[in-house]
Amino acid sequence: MTAASDLPVWAALLTSFLLLLGAGLTLTGAIGLLRLKTFYERVHAPTLGATWGAAGILLASMIYFTVLQARPVLHEVLVAIFVTVTTPVTLMLLARAAIYRDRAEGSSLVPPQTVSETGDRAE
Amino acid sequence: MSAVVLFWSLLIAQFMLGIAMAIAAFRIIRGPRAQDRILALDALYVNAMLLLLLYGMRTGSTLYFEAALVISLLGFVSTVALAKFLMRGEVIE
Repeated sequence: MTAASDLPVWAALLTSFLLLLGAGLTLTGAIGLLRLKTFYERVHAPTLGATWGAAGILLASMIYFTVLQARPVLHEVLVAIFVTVTTPVTLMLLARAAIYRDRAEGSSLVPPQTVSETGDRAE
Repeated sequence: MSAVVLFWSLLIAQFMLGIAMAIAAFRIIRGPRAQDRILALDALYVNAMLLLLLYGMRTGSTLYFEAALVISLLGFVSTVALAKFLMRGEVIE
């Protein structure tokens, strides 16, 4: 925290607001991961941290370093794009795997496979 | 003024992310099934990446950004590999 006293007040307030927003949303998602009942409800909760939680903290970091170094520092966009693109892919794969496992066990949590789905699956 | 505001907001945000990581670790231990553990591991990866970014802001250096990028890449690959393993029983067929 050596260079932070050079920061103008508006930038410090904006950075703090975005930081607290991002961290608070991530914490909310984690509490959802703890408290929701079934896996199919829980799979939604951490996405809160992966979308606006990450976006808030990355925006705060961009504003902080841009103002501090007096030049555009935009490399945080890389992480933002990467996380936003990959999170739906991984969680959909995981949910498909969970449905497959539950169906193989004959669980009552998931509906049985429909005709159109088996038609799609003919590979 | 701005140093004090930033110091406290960074500290509070780090505490929030630390609690979120503890909750994800608890979910990894508790289960109840393998897919819950993988989901919690993915959440743990994202939280660790954000915590590293906060540490970079605290020290005022952009070095930690590369580490955060690598963590997010590894988190994606490991979660996809584990989901594939659950689905098929093998990672590479």
